[in-house]
Amino acid sequence: MHETLLSGLTLAANGPEIPTVDEFLPPEILFAGTPFAINRIILVRLVMVVIMLAVLGVSAAKAKLIPSRWQGFIEWGIEYVRDKIVYEVMGETRGKRYVPMITTLFFTILMFNICGIIPGMNIAATATIMMPLAFALWTFVQYWRTACREQGFFTYLKKECIPQGVPAPVLIIAIPIQLLDVVVIRPVSLTVRLFANMLAGHIIVALCFSATQFFLIEAHNWMAAFGAATFVFGFIMTLFEGFVAYLQAFIFATLSTVYINLSYPED
Amino acid sequence: MDIITLAEVSGNLSAIGYGLAAIGPGIGVGIVFGKAIESTARQPELGGKIQTLMWIGFGLIEFLALLGIVAGFIFA
Repeated sequence: MHETLLSGLTLAANGPEIPTVDEFLPPEILFAGTPFAINRIILVRLVMVVIMLAVLGVSAAKAKLIPSRWQGFIEWGIEYVRDKIVYEVMGETRGKRYVPMITTLFFTILMFNICGIIPGMNIAATATIMMPLAFALWTFVQYWRTACREQGFFTYLKKECIPQGVPAPVLIIAIPIQLLDVVVIRPVSLTVRLFANMLAGHIIVALCFSATQFFLIEAHNWMAAFGAATFVFGFIMTLFEGFVAYLQAFIFATLSTVYINLSYPED
Repeated sequence: MDIITLAEVSGNLSAIGYGLAAIGPGIGVGIVFGKAIESTARQPELGGKIQTLMWIGFGLIEFLALLGIVAGFIFA
């Protein structure tokens, strides 16, 4: 009894190869040392951009009045973003201007996230902080620009910082929090949400399969059953990652639209 | 490992900390979505507006949970 238990424990103490943050800082493979150094994640990004441009470009060039099945599919996706995200939040008159931006955001983030479960790529292109930060800064610039255009910088700041119907003493707390929200929390939360979801998802999937490798192949004892369980769980988590990829793209696009909509004066 | 120490816990205690920290936002996200569904069922015509408010609240709450993940990496 002790023998088997102990052998299991000591093997577990050696442990499977646990994925760490280093996964997201892979070695540079091209142009190392220059500012244009390319590592695995950036390569995935570039490949995905080329694929997206090619697919959408060819589809757009071949677009006809009577859509083929493929064109119908693409149009369905684009109309989904337009109707369910932008027009749903902003309405048609305001939303028209922002449809291209939100559509770009949604599809780029969706495709970059999907990279995380494509075999051979296996890492979400949005899993380092810089890419989500770039998207979030775009939103940040857009909602400030909209605010300045629609109601002026100070009117917007006043409206955001001083919530209506709040008693004067509470304003001492409310103003700094609201100011922090407008300037820091909104872009940072967009960034961190996307980044952390992709990071956590990759680590979970990698952990499942590395545990499977360890328990099923390297450890020859009763823990093989556990390995089988992690194997199945790994597949389930991969499917779940596909769902999260879509969900994060949707949330990012929706929140960007909501933030831009908040820049308009109250109706 | 000797025979006295049957089980040895190794690793980082912050994993447990993050698990605890995720409880609050978990409950919060549940409340946000539950209430949004409830109020949309009561007043379906306000669905769009409720959804907008729901996403704003959801964004803030989820951010609290995600701060936990990122803080773990920053202060590691």
